[in-house]
Amino acid sequence: MSRLNEENLRLARQILSLYPKKKSAMIPLLHLSQEQNGMVTNEAMEHIAELVEVTPAEVLGTCSFYEMFKRHPVGEYQINICHGISCHLLGAEEVLDHAEESLGVREGEITKDGKFSFEGVECIAACTEAPCLQVNYRYINKVNLDAFDELITDLRDDQKAEIPKHGTLAKTRQKIPSEKLAGPSGVEDATPPEWLQRNKESQ
Amino acid sequence: MNFPLITTSRWDVEDGHTLEGYLRTGGYQGLRRALEMAPDQVHEEVKKASLLGRGGAGFPAGIKWGFLPPDVWPRYLVVNGDESEPGTYKDRILIERDPHQLIEGCVIACFALGLSQCFLYVRGEMAHGQERIASALNEAYEHGYAGRSILGTEFSVDVVLHWGAGAYIVGEETALIESLEGNRGMPRLKPPYFPASIGLYGKPTIVNNVETLSNIPWIIEHGGDAFAEIGAEKSTGTRIFAVSGHVKNPGVFEVEFGITTFRDLIMGEDYAGGIRDGNALKAFIPGGASAPWFFEEHLDTPLEKTIVDNQGSMLGSGAIVVMDETTDIVKACHNVVRFFSRESCGKCTPCREGTNWLEKILDRILNGHGRPEDIDLLLDVCDNISPGITWPPKQTTICPLGPSAVSPISSALQRYRSEFEAYIALNRATPVTVEGRTV
Repeated sequence: MSRLNEENLRLARQILSLYPKKKSAMIPLLHLSQEQNGMVTNEAMEHIAELVEVTPAEVLGTCSFYEMFKRHPVGEYQINICHGISCHLLGAEEVLDHAEESLGVREGEITKDGKFSFEGVECIAACTEAPCLQVNYRYINKVNLDAFDELITDLRDDQKAEIPKHGTLAKTRQKIPSEKLAGPSGVEDATPPEWLQRNKESQ
Repeated sequence: MNFPLITTSRWDVEDGHTLEGYLRTGGYQGLRRALEMAPDQVHEEVKKASLLGRGGAGFPAGIKWGFLPPDVWPRYLVVNGDESEPGTYKDRILIERDPHQLIEGCVIACFALGLSQCFLYVRGEMAHGQERIASALNEAYEHGYAGRSILGTEFSVDVVLHWGAGAYIVGEETALIESLEGNRGMPRLKPPYFPASIGLYGKPTIVNNVETLSNIPWIIEHGGDAFAEIGAEKSTGTRIFAVSGHVKNPGVFEVEFGITTFRDLIMGEDYAGGIRDGNALKAFIPGGASAPWFFEEHLDTPLEKTIVDNQGSMLGSGAIVVMDETTDIVKACHNVVRFFSRESCGKCTPCREGTNWLEKILDRILNGHGRPEDIDLLLDVCDNISPGITWPPKQTTICPLGPSAVSPISSALQRYRSEFEAYIALNRATPVTVEGRTV
């Protein structure tokens, strides 16, 4: 079940309709498949290739460039510990060492129960809250070693309802009702927007 | 502090991110005014404001808009919300706490530029920001601030939210366009230097930063002249700076552009409150990881673009990172170089190979296997990426990422060369074998 399911296929078609060229939907569709499966599988990439009308190799080419797309399983909770310069200055390396020790796995590995994996990541734009981390892309600010352990305990007991499973990005999506859509003009449509022409006439 | 808050006025308003909160606090007045004007007049106000781009390069937005070739369509506006320069933390807050202000700025810009499709590229890791801006866009469409027939007029424009997926290089505007086209985010060969003539799908495209566009509603509501009166002559308006690192109160502050000094921001009680634990200042990064470092003697420099440029660095993306006397300079330097090495897209050889070797040499120095000639070797590699190691840097690469890795090395060596030498003196003198090779 790695191809997009029916509901996601419907969403995929909506996303595709917003772009003048189908290939532009590639990254949003890769996110959608990661949301469905927790990672990006080969079958999903083949399905996306059909949808955006490129070869599977081109999908892999794009997919493999971006860090958020995981082509291998990760923990239910993927912990991204920031080691950018601001977090580095305030103890990111200690947090990383501590994560390895307390989870009993190395960077990139998954704990035996499948719950956790972690890695050091580049700056996540929370520099005044250093050292910081993200669990499935939800921020945890000003982490010290005790706070890290508490976080792990809470996550292990599924006590963090605000953190969805890995792959889920925004819980709210942009939805444009068809009657409100200005309507994408074709890439080859060289006429100025209608509103602009009328605006000029009325001036 | 005798200036109005332009971009951060709603950060403390609890529901400032909702349409209700936004309208209650004066939102969408700029758009109403813009629609009473002609598109060219709106553009003229932005030119009068002398609004400098807030993404990093600091190019005047009104002039950039003027690069669009007349009478060529379709044309696009692409919003750069891929904030990822280390130390930079402003666009994410603007997106999370005042998404309607950004949407209003986009819609006004589309009107001025005479186009009907805008793509809002937001960094993928900002899940909360994605949710906030998606909700705000849904409200804006429902209530006629975006989409078909905006505010009951003929004017129609689609603002489409696009997700990034984690790549620093995508902040470079031609890489952003590549990414938006569904490709690997690699910068395009220049010229053209601006995508205004050949951009998204090969069509005229303007790429503006989130903070830049968040200034537009105020400018149109109050006029370009009123904006230009705030701040310094060439660095007008206000700017948001994030102060992080070894300070008492790390924070994100909107200040008068060109007037406030680094000392005010780093030491001022109203701002970051001074160095932590009464320690001494060792160095600070004035404008994000790409910027050459500043030291004690630069504290009284005003946050003004030209002055900072002339002193050999840049305000970049408004990110000030403070290092106190306890900082291990070699480790800090290694940290920043590692960033550029990992984020190099691999398109240009000097950057792909050079940043990688710089990281390896610094690794070796830190691990106690440094060689006396390593300092010269570092500078030699730097010289191959950016000939002469000058400021502004010369490039052997398509984009400035490679030369950015030179900044921390030249800065750290210029002032704290002895720390590198001390690490090298620790050389264990015992050959170590890694992957079958003696290093």
